[in-house]
Amino acid sequence: MANSALLKSSIVKKYWMALTGLFLCLFLAGHLAGNLQLIFGTSQQFNEYALFMTTNPAVKLLSYLTYISIIFHAFDGIMLTIQNKKARPIGYAKTDGSSSSLASRNMAVLGTVILVFIATHMVNFWAKMHFDKNMPLVQKEIDNGMGGKQIQLVGTKDSQMPFMQLDQTGKLSKEFFEMIKAQTQGQYDLEVQDMTKIVNKKTGEVVFIGYKDLHKLTVDFFKDAKYGLYFTIGYVLAMLALAFHLWHGFQSAFQSLGVNNKFTPAIKFFGKAFAIIVPLLFAIIPVFLHLKK
Amino acid sequence: MSTKNININLKIWRQKNASSKGSMETYKLDNVSTASSFLEMLDQLNEQLINEKKEPVAFDHDCREGICGMCSLYINGRAHGPDTGITTCQLHMRMFNDGDTIYIEPWRSKAFPVIKDLVVDRSAFDRIQQAGGFVSVNTSGNTIDANSIPVPKDDADKAFEAAACIGCGACVATCKNGSAMLFVGAKVSQYALLPQGKVEATQRVLNMVRQMDEEGFGNCTNTGACEIECPKGISLENIARMNREYLKASLK
Repeated sequence: MANSALLKSSIVKKYWMALTGLFLCLFLAGHLAGNLQLIFGTSQQFNEYALFMTTNPAVKLLSYLTYISIIFHAFDGIMLTIQNKKARPIGYAKTDGSSSSLASRNMAVLGTVILVFIATHMVNFWAKMHFDKNMPLVQKEIDNGMGGKQIQLVGTKDSQMPFMQLDQTGKLSKEFFEMIKAQTQGQYDLEVQDMTKIVNKKTGEVVFIGYKDLHKLTVDFFKDAKYGLYFTIGYVLAMLALAFHLWHGFQSAFQSLGVNNKFTPAIKFFGKAFAIIVPLLFAIIPVFLHLKK
Repeated sequence: MSTKNININLKIWRQKNASSKGSMETYKLDNVSTASSFLEMLDQLNEQLINEKKEPVAFDHDCREGICGMCSLYINGRAHGPDTGITTCQLHMRMFNDGDTIYIEPWRSKAFPVIKDLVVDRSAFDRIQQAGGFVSVNTSGNTIDANSIPVPKDDADKAFEAAACIGCGACVATCKNGSAMLFVGAKVSQYALLPQGKVEATQRVLNMVRQMDEEGFGNCTNTGACEIECPKGISLENIARMNREYLKASLK
């Protein structure tokens, strides 16, 4: 009985909506904590954090749960909206919206705005971090001891070498690897793997791991001379949609799960505070980056 | 408050029968006393239509004192009109002003098909009730008096509040999703709270919700509009209780 109704029953759909929604609220809080390092942390801290978030197995598991939640929440929401439209084939000639909040009546529209935002957000940051072969690595300029400057890649704590020298164009060149091979009598035959790793082909050991420079990517994105302002405005508007979505969604999830008791006023208060504070803090970050000199 | 007479414009949904296509028609009605009820105003309109040899407007009504749940009407965008905690028969013309245009439409729901004009078929509610909204009682001569089972006062009060539902369908009419969850929540709660209802609790909630879904009502998205428009003040707590009961029953 229960199994057959797991997806079909109107009440079970509410449970799924609530559970995935609340999980995504947790995700938002975690994501925000990471993002705030763009204001309160150094670029090194942010990039170390980004490396941790893309490599740690526990985080990976959570990230898959997040992808599934987003997809399910959106899918379930679309199904609900289609069914709910069908439940009233002929609409009213005159309606009066005074008996419910604007946010609660427009969850599907707000959700669609947020879904479009998530898609563009993932193309702009997530996809670049994961798949872009030209993603810049963290670099450092040092004195070369002859009054000139030299650029180095910064290695992670797991690297055998703390840094990797670059050529004048700021790139890892074949010539550089040839030079190391010659200097070490062929003991070190290096090649780049997975964008960030430099591996000794001879022994298979990883001698250097660089940080992908997500900090630079993010700052450049919002400071872009041509589009930075539009990206910033778009981000802020998406957060406004998120705020309205959470305004109704947070407390609604508890009602769907059957929690309506003496704690409800506190849940409603917390939900409204969450709906204002979280999107506001998210939105401040791109504005801060855009205006920062 | 002194009574006066007002002149009003009416925009009313006219539909010949269940299969015909309806439309909004405009009527002018003069000298309506502000002391008259909304349904008396419609009676006055019908007299005028009959005198003009026109088909009177069909609308549901019965007790005209707010307890039977028969009257309906979506008036100016609100179920039972512009007042709270009342049915349409308790709405008075003093809520309107001279020269007002009043929209009168039937409940709009796939599960409540229009029979004629403003009359809709609410038998979907009856079928939901038949699916589980009852307590089976032994009537073979040794029936136990209900009052012999102690019920905590708090539970009795809540069950009574849920039982105040008159099944008018305002919750469905006002819900943007055409959801019947306030009605079903009230009917499930009224039994779930009492010891007599506990025996059949599992099957009751599963069967009533299945029937509700089959009738074509929409899904609840917790907008809370039903609670505001309910003439009997049925609270959203009843929907939460139904959600809990359904979860409990599903896991059994």
